[in-house]
Amino acid sequence: MTPIIQMNRIRKTYTTGKVTFDALKGIDCDIQSGEFMAIVGPSGSGKSTMMNIIGCLDIPTEGEYHLDGQMVNTLSANQLADIRNQRIGFVFQAFNLLPYATAYENVEVPLLFAKANSRKRKERVIELLNRVGLGDKLANKPTEMSGGEMQRVAIARALANEPEIILADEPTGNLDTKSGSEIFGLFRELHRAGKTIIIITHDVNLAKQTERIFKLKDGLVDTNGNGTTVSQPHKRLSDLPPRG
Amino acid sequence: MQWSTIYNVFVRDFRKQKKRIALTIIALCWGTISIMLLLGFGEGLHHQLMINSKGMGDRIAILWPGSTSLPYKGLGRGRQIHFLPEDIQFLKSRVPELDEVGGEYHRWGVTLKYKDKVVSEHVNGVTANYEFLRNHIAQSGGRMVNDADIQLKRRVAFLGDALKDRLFGAEDPIGKTVLVQGIPFMVGGVQIHKMQMNSYSGPDQDKLTVPATTFQAVFGDPYLDNIIYRPRQVSQMKQAEQTVKEALGAKYRFDPKDERALSIWDVAESNREMDNILLGIKIFLGIIGGLTLLIASVGVANIMYVSIKERTREIGIKMAVGARRAYILTQFLIEALIITFTGGFLGMAISIGATEAFKRIPIKSDVLDFMGRPTISLEIGLSVVAILGLMGLVSGFFPALKAASVRPVESLRYE
Repeated sequence: MTPIIQMNRIRKTYTTGKVTFDALKGIDCDIQSGEFMAIVGPSGSGKSTMMNIIGCLDIPTEGEYHLDGQMVNTLSANQLADIRNQRIGFVFQAFNLLPYATAYENVEVPLLFAKANSRKRKERVIELLNRVGLGDKLANKPTEMSGGEMQRVAIARALANEPEIILADEPTGNLDTKSGSEIFGLFRELHRAGKTIIIITHDVNLAKQTERIFKLKDGLVDTNGNGTTVSQPHKRLSDLPPRG
Repeated sequence: MQWSTIYNVFVRDFRKQKKRIALTIIALCWGTISIMLLLGFGEGLHHQLMINSKGMGDRIAILWPGSTSLPYKGLGRGRQIHFLPEDIQFLKSRVPELDEVGGEYHRWGVTLKYKDKVVSEHVNGVTANYEFLRNHIAQSGGRMVNDADIQLKRRVAFLGDALKDRLFGAEDPIGKTVLVQGIPFMVGGVQIHKMQMNSYSGPDQDKLTVPATTFQAVFGDPYLDNIIYRPRQVSQMKQAEQTVKEALGAKYRFDPKDERALSIWDVAESNREMDNILLGIKIFLGIIGGLTLLIASVGVANIMYVSIKERTREIGIKMAVGARRAYILTQFLIEALIITFTGGFLGMAISIGATEAFKRIPIKSDVLDFMGRPTISLEIGLSVVAILGLMGLVSGFFPALKAASVRPVESLRYE
């Protein structure tokens, strides 16, 4: 089975004026459909850059990225927008909700861009907010909600168009322990429902609750820890010389 | 591109950001108002100055007799020259450049009496063409001295508007009798209020005007105090002056080159100077208006720029959840269009309302008379709105274009 995400020798270089910074220095990573994975590493290790590339928010400087067999590097801006709309759901540490819009309206945004009609949008938004336990807060604005509630709205928004992949960048980073574990519980539920879930975190305890840990250090895969050895068994198996 | 998508997103966001939109509209509105009122009042002032400068009369010259300063044909210097009433006809027939010639008698300190009110004022006796030569226009319900009055030596009087107020107050003076040095005159008309910036015998609003023939009969003056003429073309003024000097020089035997024998005030020349001042005012207003427009444009541009810049993150969020660039740009473009033009036209409407209200201020005052009637020209208004609108659009569009063109991750990172 082809991995849903295939990254080959991904490099990402940021240039600010004369200073160049290599955020990723050649990453290989395959992720199977339905995996529940954590990307861990200290700050500056390239976690967020990796997530942005996986989520088509950014494109790599070098290397190939295939999403479900499709080469992403060559897609147009509109095709990338459609991928973000249909196939990927984002959850950010800073929530990134529209501040002037209610919970209902925030969840509705991806549906608007997916050209769903108003009846379908309404059904879907209410269903999603119920699913994350905010059925009674449809009309609340982000300022009227707790961090945990805002993150639930963000998750509902990420699920709007039933994407296969959910990307979460430090989703519990701004939350207290209790809300954090509740949010993490939601991700586990989604995983059980068959979604591919990729969480970026520096919280090792959280990472241990996922099925696979992908360790990054200084823009490279960290081979010293329990990183690649555990995280890419299929690759290592396929790399073995054929029997006989 | 899906128009319904753009429409849905647009309507939703527009309703949600009422405060921001209202503030932007107010700013634009204010920019438009300040420019339009400045230009409107400037235009009114300009117009009023133009009227005022012609208050005494348009394209005329005043001619006074003097005394000779050069010997001429055996005659010595220092001879007094006098104008006779028939000189009016004489000049008309001898000077082809002249269109109209009128004469005038003056007498200061004449006792005027109505009922128990007595004033001492200036009386002048004039020919009928004085009406348009010197802008002696009657208010409705009355008339100025006419040819029949002259021929029949009628005792009719035409009152300056300020004099009328002093003698009659609020009373209607038409048909009433006023005693001029004890002799009854019937009031035939009152002058409409006019602004007069120059004069040679006091402002017209304080004078009592009677037919020249009646004046001569009552006061016995043998000589005209001055003659007023208007050439057919204002360009003939200098030529007419020369011919007048030659004709009168031949009649009264003085050297046409004698500067003292006649004195001529070319009012048209002063009007031309005034026109230059007016042109100066116009250029000044143009510059001020242009600079104000520039400032307002910068203000509008700044507001639009900041308000779009503030929304960079919003653009990033929308892009992250799948908005195409065209959706974002169309939305921001329509928004900027609506904001700028609503603000612009609102400002225009308020400016027009304000100037109309100003015109209707019922108070009579010389200051207001000088301000004139602020006039807002629609062309200027529309160009101001168009320029400000364009500035707003451009300065709103490019940050939006940039925010929508970079990778969403950069817009998301914007704080």
